Amino acid sequence: MSAVTARRADVGRSRAWMGTMGWGVLAWVLAIAFFLPVLWMAITAFKPESAAETWPPKFVFSPTLAEFRLVLSGAGPYLTHSLVATVGSTILVLILGVPAAYALSAHPIRRWRDGLFFFISTKMLPIVAAIGPLYVLALRTHLLDSTTLLIILYTAMNLPLAIWMIRSFMLEVPGELLEAARLDGAGRFREMTSVILPVISPGLVSTALICVIFAWNELFLALNLTVTSAATLPMYLISSVPQEGLYIAHLSAAALVASVPVIIVGWIAQRSLVRGLSMGAIK
Amino acid sequence: MANVKYMGATRVYAKGMPPAVDALDLVVSDGEFMVLVGPSGSGKTTALRMLAGLEPIDRGHVEIGDRDVTSVPPKDRDIAMVFQNYALYPQKSVAENMGFALKMQGVPKADRDRRVAEAARLLDLDTKLLSRKPKQLSGGQRQRVAMGRAIVREPKVFLMDEPLSNLDAKLRVQTRSQIAELQRRLGITTVYVTHDQVEAMTMGHRVAVLRDGQLQQCASPRELYENPVNQFVAGFIGSPAMNLQTVQVADGGVRLGGSVLPLPGAVRAAAAKADLKELTVGIRPEHMHLVATGADVTAELRGEVMLVEELGADALLHVRLSEGGTPVVARTEGRRPPAQGEAVTLHVQTQDIFAFDPSTGARLAD
Repeated sequence: MSAVTARRADVGRSRAWMGTMGWGVLAWVLAIAFFLPVLWMAITAFKPESAAETWPPKFVFSPTLAEFRLVLSGAGPYLTHSLVATVGSTILVLILGVPAAYALSAHPIRRWRDGLFFFISTKMLPIVAAIGPLYVLALRTHLLDSTTLLIILYTAMNLPLAIWMIRSFMLEVPGELLEAARLDGAGRFREMTSVILPVISPGLVSTALICVIFAWNELFLALNLTVTSAATLPMYLISSVPQEGLYIAHLSAAALVASVPVIIVGWIAQRSLVRGLSMGAIK
Repeated sequence: MANVKYMGATRVYAKGMPPAVDALDLVVSDGEFMVLVGPSGSGKTTALRMLAGLEPIDRGHVEIGDRDVTSVPPKDRDIAMVFQNYALYPQKSVAENMGFALKMQGVPKADRDRRVAEAARLLDLDTKLLSRKPKQLSGGQRQRVAMGRAIVREPKVFLMDEPLSNLDAKLRVQTRSQIAELQRRLGITTVYVTHDQVEAMTMGHRVAVLRDGQLQQCASPRELYENPVNQFVAGFIGSPAMNLQTVQVADGGVRLGGSVLPLPGAVRAAAAKADLKELTVGIRPEHMHLVATGADVTAELRGEVMLVEELGADALLHVRLSEGGTPVVARTEGRRPPAQGEAVTLHVQTQDIFAFDPSTGARLAD
């Protein structure tokens, strides 16, 4: 009797174990599938061009930084443009997004739903549809091929998402806290800066990070509206795509250079990102 | 230093709904500790928030210190509020939390620090805690910081919204007396909201009992206990709650527990005048005295003990009276309570019997 029960328990346990293992295997397979191209890129970047595109791929080679030297020698201005456009637009997004989110959450304006929907609706239009007018506007305002233009466009691009995110963080701030601030004599501005902002700072960080990543990776607008004096790193990547001949190692090195900042930023801010994105979930 | 006046103050949350606070008339005199008490949904918190300016007033007025503040924003009402969950600013230190209102008023830093330190001393808050964040404090300490934040401002009126409900039972009793004592020392007019009638009775100079947005009675704790105006107040005030039974009117009194319970002449007259065949009688558990079975007393209630709740100093007997009905609770001395199943006789003095109109709940009295 007890032997039967024990065996049943064994079966149950092994079934549970099999289930856990099954999911584990699936997770690993997926993770590797996602990571493999990145790994391939990282390895290729250290190969000499001659060893880059061979079949079967070579795993034994003498690593070289030659391609990186080549990439970095030409990437300087692109890197600067990307940095200016990304940092500039992210700061602007926060400056504009915080008050906008505040007006849609803590003391919602009349018809705040419409406002909220308008913001997100701007993301629904395919950006290709707007590129013509944007080009003309940029031409007329003499902003074509300038980082100022990129800052403005990236701000417009990221603002709706940022407002939605910041607003959802602000909604998590307990109402009593705002009431306490009102009783303590804080006006709207102080309420926002001294009471709400400190509480939602992890959320702000994660919002900023997402804006940084989106702006850093943006290609379409940069490609169409800049040429040289504002061209960004993704454009440099494009220009590294071999038209003819074998430049895979060069491309991989350039791609790695472009990816590393985002990876580093994400890595450093991992905790605050998770905390910010799950702020609503945990009280 | 100020009095507080509610004059017909009404708050309606949504059209067609009954008002959350219905034409409240209440005067809190200068330096008084007024407790608003009632079950949940009685409008006590809404009434407090109307005074704070956090809730608009749909009809009527609210005055603080003889100034109409009905449409004055909260910060200009010169009040301080302690919230149920304290609402401390999580990213600010204890000292910053307590000094925030002063900072908003533009009080210089040195002055602020002095007043914060003084408030901390008054509340027995260790000065080491002043640099900590609220998260690093215990529940009791947080409660005191919330009190401190109110005290530092030296407001005209303190508003407290169930400030003890997040503390454990022992700390709650301790803090209860500390708050009452502090209020007496500072002499600042205080309006205190609670659903706990023990808190209301022990802390307030006067207690206002609310039900469904309407003020039932506002009186001193003793007056509420001895002279409730209606069945609701009688049942709400006192612990354990008053025994209420609806019974037949009989010659000279009412029928209960196998005998006729005599009622005072004035009550009988009032019942006769209203032509009532039935009355709701109320007897507090502490007024039901155990007597030896067969002892020669009038108005004895006979029954059987269903359950004995031992409280140490005394015991609560749940007794089923011989003519049925819901069991009554009697408080008795704790040393030797009767056992479960034992037959007992209870004696009640005539002046300890309350009678109410069963349909309106109004008290029938002299």
